[in-house]
Amino acid sequence: MPMHELSACMELIDQVEAIARSHEAERVDTIVLRIGSLSGVEPGLLESAFEMARLGTVAEHARLRTERIEPRIRCRACGLEADAGPGDLRCPACFGTDTALIAGDEMILARIELLQTAD
Amino acid sequence: MCDTCGCNITDGNRHLLRADGSHAKVTAVSVLNKLLRHNDAQAEANRALFDRHGVLVINLMSSPGSGKTSLLEATIKALNGGLRIAVIEGDLETENDAARIRALGVEAHQITTGTACHLDAHLVANVLPRLDLENIDVLFIENVGNLVCPASFDLGHHLNLTLLSVTEGDDKPAKYPVMFRAADAMVISKTDLLAALDEFSPDKAEACLRRLASNAPVLRVSSKTGEGMREWLDWLNQRLEHYRNLRRENRSLSPAVQSEGRRLHGLARPDVRFKPAPKPQTA
Repeated sequence: MPMHELSACMELIDQVEAIARSHEAERVDTIVLRIGSLSGVEPGLLESAFEMARLGTVAEHARLRTERIEPRIRCRACGLEADAGPGDLRCPACFGTDTALIAGDEMILARIELLQTAD
Repeated sequence: MCDTCGCNITDGNRHLLRADGSHAKVTAVSVLNKLLRHNDAQAEANRALFDRHGVLVINLMSSPGSGKTSLLEATIKALNGGLRIAVIEGDLETENDAARIRALGVEAHQITTGTACHLDAHLVANVLPRLDLENIDVLFIENVGNLVCPASFDLGHHLNLTLLSVTEGDDKPAKYPVMFRAADAMVISKTDLLAALDEFSPDKAEACLRRLASNAPVLRVSSKTGEGMREWLDWLNQRLEHYRNLRRENRSLSPAVQSEGRRLHGLARPDVRFKPAPKPQTA
């Protein structure tokens, strides 16, 4: 499958397996990702890659939840913080192009929920 | 929902509890791992190797057929041995592009990715032992022609150069913001065809790039006629000088977008940040 979401997913499974092992979990219940709309990763494609990548792993029955993060900028000229569209990252107040993206390009494993047997 | 006592067992996951009556408990683990941290760790190792040898590495990205290899050929000819160049070529199949570079007497290594749509840090690391890094000034990595996937993978390079040919739409930076936002410089290529293609406006392409809050220089270049080659080579030499000055202070250079992203998200090192639920100690 020629998509980079699969590469991202294989890394995701590696990380999830390591965390599950260190917590002696039986299986993974839920995986929560934070994906910025400027991360270059498409949540829908990530989810279909996950369907394949999870087979035979501790995450085989896990649910994948994706929190989509929209772009947010801080203007270095006037200091304004504001939401932005993916195609326009200028300052909405002064139209300056010297802005920093403070959210919207993340590709982060935020949280996993593990099922452990209680003794 | 509580992270510790198991009250986040819901109707949706209750069936996963053990059937023999012993309770399973749900533990939520907060992590803040970058999804591509293995790739990023390899990229940092690649960059450290390049830095030890003082090799400036530039990642070329564009659609297929935008003239990446032609730009490299014209650059090698124009430099005429003035800089020691090496090239890594990424394509799904064939050695064709590497052969074009080798025909000019320059070392070139082809990575064929099979079905993969991008190069990653590990693929690049695999060919590095074959390069004589001590005798290279600038290493160009020509990524797989693709405006989507390559932008997500750090290879350990120092600068991104993104090409947009005039046979494409001038609004491509607006359509592919992830790719064009990553550019440390944008080359508008094949400008010799502009006379025949009045629908492409270089000014509009530049305006689309500026809307992405990018101050990257826009270079208008024809590899065929040599138009704009001087400005491109000036940029290249100026970045190389900047890189060498940084190396004298034992500093390095990362593509503008990546270093900014790391700083802002506080993920300078891809280490695990656990906040594990309390767990009873067992002997």
